[in-house]
Amino acid sequence: MKKNFKRRSMLYIPGNNPAMLQQGGVYGADSILLDLEDAVALNQKDAARILVRNMLKSINFYNSEVSVRVNPLNTPFGKADLEAIVPLQPDSIRIPKTETAEQLAELIETIEKIEDEHNLTHDKMTIHAMIETALGVQNVFEIAKFSKRVDAITIGGQDLTADMNIASTKDGGGIDFARKRIIMAAKANNIDAIDTVFVDIDDDEGLKKDAAYAKKIGFTGKAVINPRQIEPIHDIYSPTDEEIRKATKVYKAFVKNTKEGIGVFAVDGKMVDRPVVQRAEHILSLADIDLQSFE
Amino acid sequence: MKNSLGKEIPEYIEGIGKLEAYQGAWTKLNKGWMNERTLPPPIKAQKPHFNKKCNSLEEAIKQCNPYDGMTISFHHHLRGGDYLLINTVKLLSKLGIKNICLASSSLTTAHDGLLPYLKDGTITKIFSSGIRGKLGQAISYGILDTPVTIHSHGGRARAIQTGRIKIDLAIIAASAADSEGNATGSHGKSAFGSIGYAMIDSWYASRVIVVTDNMVEYPCVPPSIRQNYVDFVVKIDSIGDAKKIASGTTRITKSPLDLRIAQMAAEAITNSAFFKEGFSFQVGAGGASLAVAKFVRKEMKKQDIKGSFLLGGVTSVLVDMLEEGLFKSIFDVQSFDAEVSSSILNNTYHIEIPSGLYANPFNAGCMTNKLDVVVLGALEIDTNFNINVITGNDGNIRGASGGHSDTASGAQLTVVVCPSFRGRIPIVKEKVHTVVTPGESVDILVTERGICVNPNKPYLEKELIKAGLNIKNIADLAKEVEAITGTPKPIETLDRIVGIVEYRDGTIIDTIKQTKGDIDSLF
Amino acid sequence: MQLKYRSKAGSFESSDILIIVEPAEEKTGRDIKINSAVMLQFGESIEKAITDVLNKYQIDDIRLIAQDKGALIPTISARAETAIKRSLGIQEGTL
Repeated sequence: MKKNFKRRSMLYIPGNNPAMLQQGGVYGADSILLDLEDAVALNQKDAARILVRNMLKSINFYNSEVSVRVNPLNTPFGKADLEAIVPLQPDSIRIPKTETAEQLAELIETIEKIEDEHNLTHDKMTIHAMIETALGVQNVFEIAKFSKRVDAITIGGQDLTADMNIASTKDGGGIDFARKRIIMAAKANNIDAIDTVFVDIDDDEGLKKDAAYAKKIGFTGKAVINPRQIEPIHDIYSPTDEEIRKATKVYKAFVKNTKEGIGVFAVDGKMVDRPVVQRAEHILSLADIDLQSFE
Repeated sequence: MKNSLGKEIPEYIEGIGKLEAYQGAWTKLNKGWMNERTLPPPIKAQKPHFNKKCNSLEEAIKQCNPYDGMTISFHHHLRGGDYLLINTVKLLSKLGIKNICLASSSLTTAHDGLLPYLKDGTITKIFSSGIRGKLGQAISYGILDTPVTIHSHGGRARAIQTGRIKIDLAIIAASAADSEGNATGSHGKSAFGSIGYAMIDSWYASRVIVVTDNMVEYPCVPPSIRQNYVDFVVKIDSIGDAKKIASGTTRITKSPLDLRIAQMAAEAITNSAFFKEGFSFQVGAGGASLAVAKFVRKEMKKQDIKGSFLLGGVTSVLVDMLEEGLFKSIFDVQSFDAEVSSSILNNTYHIEIPSGLYANPFNAGCMTNKLDVVVLGALEIDTNFNINVITGNDGNIRGASGGHSDTASGAQLTVVVCPSFRGRIPIVKEKVHTVVTPGESVDILVTERGICVNPNKPYLEKELIKAGLNIKNIADLAKEVEAITGTPKPIETLDRIVGIVEYRDGTIIDTIKQTKGDIDSLF
Repeated sequence: MQLKYRSKAGSFESSDILIIVEPAEEKTGRDIKINSAVMLQFGESIEKAITDVLNKYQIDDIRLIAQDKGALIPTISARAETAIKRSLGIQEGTL
């Protein structure tokens, strides 16, 4: 269940690093990813799993969404990850290297089986599918629409360029098509699309450029590997004054009309129905404006 | 007798004298004058064309008639690179002098070598702003019979003026000096910048020796120490290890945690009423404190706000802000890196100041009285905002009072930055082990898990809540921290007092008790 | 349960704890040595977190060394559990 609408920033935290895990929630990232996959050495998968499991039980991550990136099911580690993590019901589970809807089906089946064993419902924890291969990019629409539990698609730029056998460049030219295809699949299914990390943590200007481009083409957020990347990204994803003004107008009208029992109405000559109201809510929450203040 | 924080303070300590109990941060100041009598500076006399130059430090010391029980003083501008203090003590010991009272403005890890001289009775009393390393541990374990006195920078000036610290011999290291004793730290191979802590020693000591490794042609400029106070001058090969005296430029921390805390602190400052045209500003020398300057600088540029003066404790970051025109002047009592020394030399508005002008509460208005915003660190802070900067989590002396209580007392907005816990040890807790800076002078605590505002500033809290900052109740934060770390076993101390913590007005705000350590293990 | 292998888990990094485990002869008991910068304040807490794990896996005989760098309890428990499972040969999903 998304705790909030925002996923502007997603902070990667290596799952075998206690110092970073215990501090994960203090940086104000909208979303935190506890990583059992690429950030953990192959012979430390058990150590990381147990550590992340314990951290999920005891550490307060404050208002951030908590996501855990497990290993794929076709590795020796994936099943054990799910068995340890699913019962704890983090906000979401991220599946790396998702390539087909069939893969996703197997995964969801495994998850739901574990949930059943623990008397948990199937509607709380969501799934983020990570696209990191050419095959995944081609199949992304099927993946995105496969299940209501999938509420975000993310792109893994490093692995994707490796799979495509091209160099990874700062301007992201090689993965541009992949990014846009992923975004389209996400939009068609009304779910979030999260961009890949910008690896040069010392290049502030480069990060801002990359994040601005990501926003322009439709990504709803971006992964970060160092906390200092969070603020610039939040700045870029903050709605403009004009957007806030319009959203305020719509939401005010919505509240007024709802009180008077009117379901459909117009603002500035345009019809306002549920999706328009939701978009206004989204913008207001991104601007940290309390919806209650309109009552 | 109990002081106003409820601490038990002895009325008298053998070897120190009568003690006065702390009664509040500004209680004595509210009278508008000081009760104690001040001692006049010594009256000296000198024939014309007297040769002050001595061939060695030993010769100069002998000329000053050292005696058992004398008080010697030093400044700590050489920081971790100081050789001079230990060499002086070695010489005095060689001359058979005992029961020395050591009054260095502070002591660093460069002074671990003093241990044998504490053990054998060469040094029996210490006044200092701070004590680190093995020296701090040894004193905590009880190596001295007389408790040490921990004072603030401003408080040291007061103590010298009242004769609480009565200096017989001041040894002043200088990176450049002339044959008459005019001296400075602003240039030379061992340059250290401002010599602010030593000025009062030069005015009040019975005898003053200037020691330099760089004798320049008369006159030495700038004459930070003036010739009419100096009795003897000595040239030696090296006053200290230049590498440990002043680094190139002080780099801003890259630790994500410190940066996060700094960012939050800067947000609190820039959203307060004190962030306005003409504000004055001081930051601590490193870690999260210094990083706050970086974020405030950004916001000043964004909002086109120009400040008035910077104070401290000066690093190259502040010099950059001066040169960018963000502030009009820097008042420098201690310089931390090489870039700062050249700024003192070349920039008229980079002004060297003595410790009394900096922070002594007993004059017509020290610089800390004019301060708007200060950012300080802490070893511990309690739910009453009292701060410990002197003893560590094991109860041993390891830090310094420094300008902490001085600046907190004067600044309109005192911001303390620290992590909520470090290495599993809680920093925000119910009671600190030793109080150095009283909570009533502290306004905001900034940790990575939330910002706490002193309840004595309710409008400030409202302002910050309105700005959308993560404001927490400090007692709640302390509980939250304890839940994360677990409850540490309390420190076990003995009844014996090994140190007294003097507040800037001369009253005693807390005492330091002996810990259960083995002195011999330090040798 | 009887331990089989010498094993370790954790690291020397700040906020972590390195736990080294060796099987011991039956009936020799638990030989636990803990080294920590915060021994005075948290020594007992560290020992308890470790023995809780030993109790859970019913380990009566063991030689265990712990080098702690200020780890929180969830970390101490995690590293102890990992080391024990590795020593028992029952660790899951790893190479």
